[in-house]
Amino acid sequence: MIWNEEYETMPRADLRALQLERLQETVERVYARVPYYRQKMEEAGVTPADIKGLDDLRRLPFTTKEDLRQNYPFGLFTVPLDRVVRVHASSGTTGKPTVVGYTKRDIRTWAELMSRTLAAAGVRRGDVVQNAYGYGLFTGGLGAHYGAENLGATVVPISGGQTKRQIQIMRDFGSTVLLSTPSYALNIADVMADLGVDPQKDLKLRVGVFGAEPWSENMREEIERRLGIKAIDIYGLSEVIGPGVAAECLEAQNGLHIFEDHFIPEIVDPTTLEPVADGEAGELVFTTITKEAFPVIRYRTKDICRLITEPCVCGRSFVRMPKITGRTDDMLIIRGVNVFPSQVEHVLMGIKGVEPHYQIVVDRQGTMDTMEVQVEVSEAVFSDEIKHLERLAQQIQRDIKDLLGVSCTVRLVEPKSIQRSEGKAKRVIDKRQL
Amino acid sequence: MQLEQIAIFLENKAGRLAEITQILAEHGINIRAMSLADTADFGILRLIVNDTDRACQVLRDAGFTVGRTEVVVVAVPDRPGGLASVLNTLTEAELNVEYMYAFSQKSGDTGLLIFRIEDLDRARSVLQAAGHRLLSGEEVSAL
Repeated sequence: MIWNEEYETMPRADLRALQLERLQETVERVYARVPYYRQKMEEAGVTPADIKGLDDLRRLPFTTKEDLRQNYPFGLFTVPLDRVVRVHASSGTTGKPTVVGYTKRDIRTWAELMSRTLAAAGVRRGDVVQNAYGYGLFTGGLGAHYGAENLGATVVPISGGQTKRQIQIMRDFGSTVLLSTPSYALNIADVMADLGVDPQKDLKLRVGVFGAEPWSENMREEIERRLGIKAIDIYGLSEVIGPGVAAECLEAQNGLHIFEDHFIPEIVDPTTLEPVADGEAGELVFTTITKEAFPVIRYRTKDICRLITEPCVCGRSFVRMPKITGRTDDMLIIRGVNVFPSQVEHVLMGIKGVEPHYQIVVDRQGTMDTMEVQVEVSEAVFSDEIKHLERLAQQIQRDIKDLLGVSCTVRLVEPKSIQRSEGKAKRVIDKRQL
Repeated sequence: MQLEQIAIFLENKAGRLAEITQILAEHGINIRAMSLADTADFGILRLIVNDTDRACQVLRDAGFTVGRTEVVVVAVPDRPGGLASVLNTLTEAELNVEYMYAFSQKSGDTGLLIFRIEDLDRARSVLQAAGHRLLSGEEVSAL
């Protein structure tokens, strides 16, 4: 089902005109209100008056996570704080989170986009939507919540975790829709199997809307088979708005429609930063054109993908993006949480005597991501007593959990046992078969 | 009375212990006593050798993490009750033993007990006052 026919099926020419109008307004606004953006535009020799067509977008400077970090926490907001009704945050590369803000209108926009997303997955009024995305600073839980309510569905705001309880509620409440990370959906399937719950017989689950981490067609096939549902892929990031940037349709399940009346996507070569040829893969870049509190201009997502411009059978006129195929940086997504190796390094450097020789081994046991941090034992931290070394390992584990919000195991290893490479150290071994 | 033990960090990997003993053998270093404490992931090898400085040097050169710790070595008659009498002395003085290990001398009539105790100075005086014989580093090296 198409939630908003007028915009979602708008002819391309009209859509482009709308985008230009909204882009010009956004550029004028950030130029006038955010000194940081103004300075960057001045350095690039461009003013709002130069944005005469959509192609002029490429004259604007890029925005990166580093820009966000430098303006932590509220420096890039374009409205006074008393107009911001909500903030969310995601983990940053150096321990400081990335903070995003929303006005009342932004919250409404977001709910609209998540309603579109859920409607595209076939969710409708009368559905019981079990929202197992985490509630809190993470945008997933509340973003999906408002969209499902706005759509008129019955929302069960259970948040993540407590898998047995999830299954009990799913059964007792007759949940028809599951919202979660794809890896958590498989975890739920595992626990169902242990409990002897047969999704086909015991549950009313019909569709799952999955995002917040990369997943493959194989995983989709497995989720669909084991839960007896249709599995729909969605995309979003907090810097742009949260979930609700792009969504698959139930009809095609082939590429995620980017809500172009709110976000302009570009694909650039991550090295030259020049636009790639149509249909080629590169780094995905977004400019928001309706957000009030926290607009971003040419935000570099570091996600690698391409754009599909061929029309879709569902009738939406928006371009599509296939599944993300990689990252331009070393960010890991572990159980839905963004993890940068530099954050682990930050923790290690904070412990006296620990040297930053470490390696992160990511794997998947069953359906759960596991993270092991290997740390070399230097003479400064070495002890002849087991308990001291175990305490050290526990401290590292606790500090990582505190800073990153993800649990890991810590393995102490012999010095020089972690491979030193010539250039950039190989910090991560990702054994997951997505 | 100074007597040092060396401790070496070991991952639980096949062949690591053999490698250490081989290095010591190649440098003519004799192991007087040893103990291995381990967990699922790693171990700590503790050694009393005849040349502590050199052993540390060659093991460090080979890339191992090596620590030195002062311990106390007590010589007891090699017969039932030998260890018990020493432990009784420490218990009465409320001295906590972090860990210990033991070995017998070649002649077979004396057992040597190696203790790691937080308050070494007090342990030494308590043990001596109770009539136990403590060995010096020189004595152990000369064994």
